[in-house]
Amino acid sequence: MNVRLYVWQRLTAAVMVPLVLVHVALIFYATRKGLTAAGILGRTRGSLAWASFYGAFVITVAVHAGIGVRSVLAEWSPLNERNAGILASAFAVLLLVLGLRAVAAVVLA
Amino acid sequence: MSDSRSGLTVSLWRGAQQGRYETYKVPLRENQTVLDVVTFVQRHLDPTLSYRFACRVGMCGSCAMTVNGRPRWTCRTHVSSVAKSGRLEIGPLQNLPVIKDLAADMRPFFEKWQQAKGAFVPSHTRNDDIVPIRPDSAARVAADAAIECINCGICYAACDTVRWNSDYLGPAALNRAWTLVNDERDSATTERLQAVAASGGCHACHSHQSCQELCPQRLNPTASIAALKRRTMWAYLKGEI
Amino acid sequence: MTARGLSHRSSVLWIAALVHRLSGLALAMFLPVHFLTLGLAIQGEAPLESFLRWSDQPLVKLAESGLVFLLVVHMLGGLRVLVIENLAWRDGQKELATLAAGLSAVIAFVLLARMF
Repeated sequence: MNVRLYVWQRLTAAVMVPLVLVHVALIFYATRKGLTAAGILGRTRGSLAWASFYGAFVITVAVHAGIGVRSVLAEWSPLNERNAGILASAFAVLLLVLGLRAVAAVVLA
Repeated sequence: MSDSRSGLTVSLWRGAQQGRYETYKVPLRENQTVLDVVTFVQRHLDPTLSYRFACRVGMCGSCAMTVNGRPRWTCRTHVSSVAKSGRLEIGPLQNLPVIKDLAADMRPFFEKWQQAKGAFVPSHTRNDDIVPIRPDSAARVAADAAIECINCGICYAACDTVRWNSDYLGPAALNRAWTLVNDERDSATTERLQAVAASGGCHACHSHQSCQELCPQRLNPTASIAALKRRTMWAYLKGEI
Repeated sequence: MTARGLSHRSSVLWIAALVHRLSGLALAMFLPVHFLTLGLAIQGEAPLESFLRWSDQPLVKLAESGLVFLLVVHMLGGLRVLVIENLAWRDGQKELATLAAGLSAVIAFVLLARMF
């Protein structure tokens, strides 16, 4: 961990605080309403707002989780810092790809 | 099983990195410190025991060892406060190579001190006027709050981030770097901030706070490191490092 | 030299840091699964709907509220770190850490109750 990674880690963390609060509130709302695929997709399809919200969430979580996983690998696994960084970057890319795909799946018709 | 009134059962680490705990019976006395116990073993039971001490009164930090899983100054640890049912387990400080028995090799600790630029770099000579430093200036108050470190190594031994990350400079070195960053007379601030902003520097700290909980001088390396994080973050964002 | 019986690991703040790390790891492992599930919608409404019906089971609901606990406790732990690093030093951190864990548990439990 150095100052550059630190800044990105803390910045994405701060950005995600409101995103997480909205997401958890949404979960509470959805469970009260009763979850159906039609109900979810009816709200998300064609919605720029949902695309922006969850798109931003996916990007920030990919960066944040990537840096976090890097620290854990460097400290708790036999990998050295450079290889921990490579593996963590690959994981971040995985989250980014799967996450944006999921956003596209619920927003695009 | 030992009866605490008849004596102490003391397990001491013997060997180097490889070794084992050996057990000794030591008479229990009133007002006995852990250092007294170790000294008794060496003088009366086993002269081959190696250990380190100097002042015996809690000023030098030389006698720091791991006592029942916790790094402490043995000269300031009363047996009555740590010996559970008459048993003590004493080993060298953790996170450092073992020279022999209870003596740890402090060289990595001091090497990291240097790496953190924990040494004062003067900006004036004896021919210049003395720099007036107000003791109540914010910078001096911050430096004074962290300045009483005697390099005993307890924080370093207690820190799990030191244990898990061999690059990590550690709480004592970073705490000292923070005092120097606050010293107006010092001229190496940029190099020092670069040193603590690199991999293994202050940003590796996870704020476990074992250091500030165990420091016998009641210093707070966690707070010093947090301040370094802020300082280096702004320096980085402003392009200074 | 074994690091056995290290007593600093029973400190509340050390445990808070461990919970923060473990919850982060668990969430990181959960996310790809979460994204793949949502991605079912690419094939249309039906696959997503059938997953939602499968997830109606009590054990799955329990797991879901567990995930919400992990998310909230991870965020509160992260806020703890952000406070230590960016605001003046404060006492009472152990109490706050314990409160944060308790609050996360309450939120997750309320969610669980709503699901049944």
